[in-house]
Amino acid sequence: MIRLAGLVSITLITACSATTEVSDVPELAAEDIVSASVFLNSETRALQEDTFANPGYLWVDRGEALFSQPPAAGPACITCHEKGLRGVAATYPAYDENIGQVLNLEGRINQCRVTQQSEPAWTFESDELLSITAYVANQSLGEPISVDVNGPARAVYEVGRDYFQTRRGQFNLSCQQCHTENWGKRLRGDTLSQGHGNGFPAYRLEWESLGSLHRRLRDCDTGVRAEPLPYGDPLYVALELYLAERSKGISIETPGIRR
Amino acid sequence: MTSIRLAVPETAIAGEIIEVKALIRHPMESGHRRGSRGEVIERDIITRFECLYLGEQVFAADFHPGIAANPLLTFYVRASRSGDLEFTWTDQHGAIWSEASSLTVS
Ligand code: HEC
Ligand code: HEC
Repeated sequence: MIRLAGLVSITLITACSATTEVSDVPELAAEDIVSASVFLNSETRALQEDTFANPGYLWVDRGEALFSQPPAAGPACITCHEKGLRGVAATYPAYDENIGQVLNLEGRINQCRVTQQSEPAWTFESDELLSITAYVANQSLGEPISVDVNGPARAVYEVGRDYFQTRRGQFNLSCQQCHTENWGKRLRGDTLSQGHGNGFPAYRLEWESLGSLHRRLRDCDTGVRAEPLPYGDPLYVALELYLAERSKGISIETPGIRR
Repeated sequence: MTSIRLAVPETAIAGEIIEVKALIRHPMESGHRRGSRGEVIERDIITRFECLYLGEQVFAADFHPGIAANPLLTFYVRASRSGDLEFTWTDQHGAIWSEASSLTVS
């Protein structure tokens, strides 16, 4: 990512002259919104759609096992969620009234882990949390993303939008410049997508592993030589909420396959 | 912690050629990469895969560094009699993972 951004920043900096003021920032037109999977080559897309060979399902399988396995102290997830959690992932991040905070799917799962199972929260990017998140998100496969950004979530959404539109790093680039204003253009070996989160946790061929959306966001921040935020940081959760609202209409692909 | 996925038909007609797929979760660390502090990441790979049908070897493969993580194998077997297909993966340290599936031939 660092190498890649180095080459490209020159073109982009000259190509983009967007301001960071919120008012006149261009947005994706509703009819243009597409998942990053449309920019994959046909083999990679076929691999994503192959529910046997898609390696992301190795994590989904483990998540399924964890879901029905009772932890030391409390009941198994399946005891309380007998019918599974179909459709839930498409509505996250979401405001949680009990704690008065916006949680992403990982955060919501950990919430149950702590309060319902009396177990310590799983650490972000641990195999357990990735697996169970992939399993829960996969239950929303094909469901259109539909988050609620009104009411108490509004302020958090706005924080996320600001993060998206603010230039950062040594390259002084914003998410907006790459993913809203230059999507569809080539960035070295890659085609810039619109930067949606609908495939995550996703299997990146570069990682040779499943990874969370926050891992991807850290890669993008590192790519412009900005300091990435820690996994699970509330600012990334806010950004995630903004991304989800911006992805309205496209559907969940977890586990996505990405380059 | 590993997971294995097998795709083997449950039934076949005698003489039929069936497609078999086997996927295992493994890092297949080549031993050629370095970590963020410049240290060599030690090699950790599966070195051997075997598939037995009715106790007889029908497919085997030697793995080397350079094979991607989470290797997927697809191969073909001629169905003869009902029985088990057994799959084993062995890593460089001799650790073994195995899984079986049964095939009914009519
Ligand atoms: C003792 C019961 C119990 C256990 C065990 C439990 N949960 Fe929950 N979970 C709940 C309740 C109650 C809610 C809130 C339901 C609601 O808001 O409609 C909830 C909500 C959730 C939600 C959000 C649902 C939504 O519609 O927003 C997710 C995701 C979730 N649980 C995942 C899990 C996972 C994963 C596990 C296992 C690690 C787990 N839960 C274990 C009781 C439980
Ligand atoms: C220098 C341009 C650049 C900037 C700036 C940038 N990204 Fe990216 N981003 C990429 C590239 C390249 C990829 C990989 C190819 C693709 O999907 O666009 C990517 C991928 C992504 C993806 C994964 C999409 C998918 O479905 O796989 C998301 C989400 C994302 N970026 C969000 C962001 C966010 C949020 C920011 C700001 C914090 C940001 N990016 C900043 C270049 C950039």
